[in-house]
Amino acid sequence: MNLAEKILASHAGLDHVEPGQFINGKVDVILANDITAPIAIREFWKFGLEKVFDPKKIVFVPDHFVPNKDIASAEQAKILREFARAQGVNFFECGQMGVEHVILHEKGLVVPGDLVIGADSHTCTYGALGAFATGMGSTDIASAMATGDIWMKVPPTIKFVFRGKLPKYVSGKDLILHTIGDIGVDGALYAAMEFAGEAIERLSLEGRFTMANMAIEAGAKAGLFYADKKAVSYAKGRSERKPVVFEPDADAVYQQIYEYDVSLLEPQVALPHLPSNVKPVSQVGRVYLDQVVIGSCTNGRFEDLQSAAMVLNGKKVNSNLRCIIIPGSQQVYLEALKAGYIEIFIQAGCAVSTPTCGPCLGGHMGILAAGEKCLATTNRNFVGRMGSPKSEVYLSSPAVAAASAIVGKIVSPADLS
Amino acid sequence: MLKGFVHKYGANVDTDAIIPARYLNVSTPDELARHCMEDIDLEFVSKVKPGDIIVATSNFGCGSSREHAPIAIKASGVSAVIADSFARIFFRNAINIGLPLLESPEAVSATETGDELEIDLASGTIRNTTRGLSFSAKPYPEFMSQIIQAGGLIEYTRLKIAGGNTDK
Repeated sequence: MNLAEKILASHAGLDHVEPGQFINGKVDVILANDITAPIAIREFWKFGLEKVFDPKKIVFVPDHFVPNKDIASAEQAKILREFARAQGVNFFECGQMGVEHVILHEKGLVVPGDLVIGADSHTCTYGALGAFATGMGSTDIASAMATGDIWMKVPPTIKFVFRGKLPKYVSGKDLILHTIGDIGVDGALYAAMEFAGEAIERLSLEGRFTMANMAIEAGAKAGLFYADKKAVSYAKGRSERKPVVFEPDADAVYQQIYEYDVSLLEPQVALPHLPSNVKPVSQVGRVYLDQVVIGSCTNGRFEDLQSAAMVLNGKKVNSNLRCIIIPGSQQVYLEALKAGYIEIFIQAGCAVSTPTCGPCLGGHMGILAAGEKCLATTNRNFVGRMGSPKSEVYLSSPAVAAASAIVGKIVSPADLS
Repeated sequence: MLKGFVHKYGANVDTDAIIPARYLNVSTPDELARHCMEDIDLEFVSKVKPGDIIVATSNFGCGSSREHAPIAIKASGVSAVIADSFARIFFRNAINIGLPLLESPEAVSATETGDELEIDLASGTIRNTTRGLSFSAKPYPEFMSQIIQAGGLIEYTRLKIAGGNTDK
């Protein structure tokens, strides 16, 4: 069995599973946010139950419209808060929280081997730790909050092998953008993506989180990594729960195998209006920017801010644009502060915000006007994603975003020197 | 039997197009329906009539897990969506809330905006009465049929909690 099959079989109490098989899996973590939890709660009450199956396994993170941008979003957050307090479920309040897919593993709520479901499509992020993590809707979450299990169809797995050494300024974001550019936004539809190869073994855990995060942008159900020593020691230092390491069998079956040599790969940019519309940065042409956003569940971790700070150190943001930097969690914010990065950002003329998903989905804190162009380290560039349907969003790594903020148009950090 | 006129779209109609996130500070079906399809078709809301059918090519519903997307479509009066293929989470959400989805690339390629369709969900038959054509949609997997027969996931789970036999 491959990685996805092993984790799913274990949670379904089966020795063996195959693609296409319907299983019922016991879940370790159930997640919802300020957009999806209100519907999940509304549906949960229809069961006539008084209590959720296990509050310790449920996590609510209000992160999309927080700090609340208007009365309607404040009412939504209040629904989560009140339910969480009454039921005793994990709840991360503004001021102690962050973007859901940055804090769940940071706070040790997810460990290798887990089955995680979340009412957010980027729940697949936790595949970086060797967990089977997948996004669903609110009704599925309501049902799981009642019973502690979830029905699933075992997906086929597509394997992606990355050989060679990553060049300077080429990161996990570039690997995943390159992959999505190659296979398309439905290239892994209904499938799991399993990432392997020497470039992945050398990649930081943060780079793996970025890659797993964007598996959904290829239509995948999950993006999975083998939990190596890096992943296990990361989890051990944060959780009392024991990591369970699953390893794909040598004779595991894959629907397809893609192999890439990354040693000559350039930083990648996704052009409007699909994450698969990818070009190497040198072929993007002259794209003048109105806004740069560095943050989100894709690239709002410490390593991402470090990468941006290295480029922005001693430089100024171009006067034709605004650069918004959003640490993914209070912990990331604090570490960046201690490392001097926040000062670098402010000296460079960036706006630094408390953690929020706001701009990524056109919620608040960085909305685009008609005709404006933004380069973001986020995960989607659909029409209207960050504001006006007549605006344009480009996607890149933090290093490319920071360099472009300085120059005012999309460039590689290598072009700065 | 479902019956209605077609609103046809292309590939990769994403959840931001179906219901832009700027409206997600509420979750009432009627309010969501007021902005359904807004970012790709400003006139959809004024054109759509009860029973109408959305037809699209591949990967309909890609993007976010927001259940608000099928909720907005259902609340706008649409009786079914037919596409070449659906994004995974959208497919699951639609079944869970009782919005019928049918996969039939043949029906999609032979159908245009304004055509009238009749759908028999039990048999998966799609009839284009404007053009006198008939198609068969891919049948639902057995497990999903059970959820549909139960009346959606909430009813299915209620049966499970009550100890009812939901397995075959």
